Amino acid sequence: MRLVILDNYDLASEWAAKYICNRIIQFKPGQDRYFTLGLPTGSTPLGCYKKLIEYHKNGDLSFKYVKTFNMDEYVGLPRNHPESYHSYMWNNFFKHVDIDPNNAHILDGNAADLQAECDAFEKKIKEAGGIDLFVGGIGPDGHIAFNEPGSSLVSRTRLKTLAMDTILANAKYFDGDLSKVPTMALTVGVGTVMDAREVMILITGAHKAFALYKAIEEGVNHMWTVSAFQQHPRTIFVCDEDATLELRVKTVKYFKALKRGTVPTPAYSQRTCTHSGTTDS
Amino acid sequence: MRDGRGTVRAPVLQFTNCRILRGRRLLREDLWVREGHIVDPEKLFFEERLVADQQRDCGGCILAPGFIDVQINGGFGVDFSQATEDVSSGVALVAQRILSHGVTSFCPTLVTSPPEIYHKVLPQIPVKSGGPHGAGVLGVHLEGPFISREKRGAHPEAHLRSYEANAFHDVLATYGSLDNVRIVTLAPELGRSHEVIQALTARGICVSLGHSVANLRVAEEAVQSGATFITHLFNAMLPFHHRDPGIVGLLTSDRLPPGRHIFYGMISDGMHTNPAALRIAHRAHPQGMVLVTDAVPALGLGNGRHTLGQQEVEVDGLTAYVAGTKTLSGSIAPMDVCVRHFLQATGCSVESALEAASLHPAQLLGLEKHKGTLDFGADADFVMLDDSLHVRATYISGELVWQAEEARQ
Repeated sequence: MRLVILDNYDLASEWAAKYICNRIIQFKPGQDRYFTLGLPTGSTPLGCYKKLIEYHKNGDLSFKYVKTFNMDEYVGLPRNHPESYHSYMWNNFFKHVDIDPNNAHILDGNAADLQAECDAFEKKIKEAGGIDLFVGGIGPDGHIAFNEPGSSLVSRTRLKTLAMDTILANAKYFDGDLSKVPTMALTVGVGTVMDAREVMILITGAHKAFALYKAIEEGVNHMWTVSAFQQHPRTIFVCDEDATLELRVKTVKYFKALKRGTVPTPAYSQRTCTHSGTTDS
Repeated sequence: MRDGRGTVRAPVLQFTNCRILRGRRLLREDLWVREGHIVDPEKLFFEERLVADQQRDCGGCILAPGFIDVQINGGFGVDFSQATEDVSSGVALVAQRILSHGVTSFCPTLVTSPPEIYHKVLPQIPVKSGGPHGAGVLGVHLEGPFISREKRGAHPEAHLRSYEANAFHDVLATYGSLDNVRIVTLAPELGRSHEVIQALTARGICVSLGHSVANLRVAEEAVQSGATFITHLFNAMLPFHHRDPGIVGLLTSDRLPPGRHIFYGMISDGMHTNPAALRIAHRAHPQGMVLVTDAVPALGLGNGRHTLGQQEVEVDGLTAYVAGTKTLSGSIAPMDVCVRHFLQATGCSVESALEAASLHPAQLLGLEKHKGTLDFGADADFVMLDDSLHVRATYISGELVWQAEEARQ
């Protein structure tokens, strides 16, 4: 894995956004060649989305030939509810960029047949040629998407009941009222994300530090589902200093030294399609 | 715009780089319009999988719901109370000219007149949608003749009437048809007002209290019978008294039907009401404030002397005098001037000032789902304003109907 440690949340968000931007541009997407991106929700990626929007508004990045697949969506919450993941993606990303609505895929938590909806989602990913880069976050209980502790590490897109840790963490979005928090969600499986050609996990904040420790310094364990990515050929963990608080000093020093030896990644631009310096990939 | 099946689809317009008045706040949001209505872009994106067909950059301007003037007696030389041969041309002229003031809907107002005038004029002022031709006509506001002699103001004494004898039948006989009528101003102390107010309200007509010497109790009973508006608060009514606040007391009355509050019109031209009085009313009851122009035919005429009907009027800036005197001859401040003056005099928020000229009159007339708002589903009647609330452009049903000179480059 790569572990990229930035000083703070803003720098981590910027690094991640630049990485995504460069990946898309280097791919040279076009009419018959879409870049497929897996996307998360929550507070962690907000800074990254803001940066991507900025690159788009500067004319450096277009989402015209990008297909997106979100990780999850609540079950039973109306699509236009302010806390639905549809609303999140619209307000924090889609409405600011030029993505084709037909290429923005989010699971429908109000589908009549939920499992069929999940199966159809897997099929759409397959038809799109698989995911080029899946961006995700980590829950305080070490989950990826809504793959709660105990989820199979080879699971596919399915209906999940949320763990109490997750419900508590989400309560802040529902006026602190636990009874208002949805208890079920549709989510991509651990296996679904593992199928992606590249995975980037964003982890910021001290409250995620223990989960990061469990995910990368302990063994692969279905109780901390992000640990599955130890077995993925191409995973990057992007974090801020606070998220490393539970790691061994040795681990942190090793990865920081790796980063020190390289030139900082510039941001590509689709206008110029050129760059200076080498990338640290 | 052709969709996948080859059928022509109505274009979607996206107004960008603007702040819109929505949910009582100015938000940095785009305004999306389709087929003359304001649409929800999130719904378009996820359900119909559509993006905008055209984008319009608003240059950082404010987009507010179009202003609604529920009391305007004429303008540009036109007098709605005059029975000319071609009343509708006069209404159309005013409707077109007030677009530049940001008004997208209005109630042509008739002052106290003899029955012949009502019978002749009313059928010629139908309710009409707005458009490039002019602001929409929501219905006529009949101010009089059932008003107080003592508080008639400039209304002709000879034509004042009462409905003591036959209540609502007298009303019908006086006005003729009520088809095009939206608001009636009357004095609730007149005998049998209770029945008349109930009958008018039952027909969906808004009853307003004005030109009256009613005390608070009589005013409250009128509201309980169905009255919902006060015509030009403070003018032509008993002054506020601490032991009997009169009609003014309705602003803070605790005897109104539950869930209802009173709306009140104010002419905020810096002349007809002292700013301190404007502030007292606004602070006492901000939700009820409705800005009106109560404009007279001299509105929009340049400085100098003009002959209007039987009157000689001298216009000097924002003031109209009876020629050769210092007597005020009605208001001639356009609606956008009233809004700016209101903002400056009360120190209220921009949102508050804009709502007083749009949302509140719409609520008064029960139109708030379609007018006076930029909520999804509402008619796309709106004004583009700069930060000092000068009108840059006016839109009706999503179509540009007026634009300031500089903006045309």
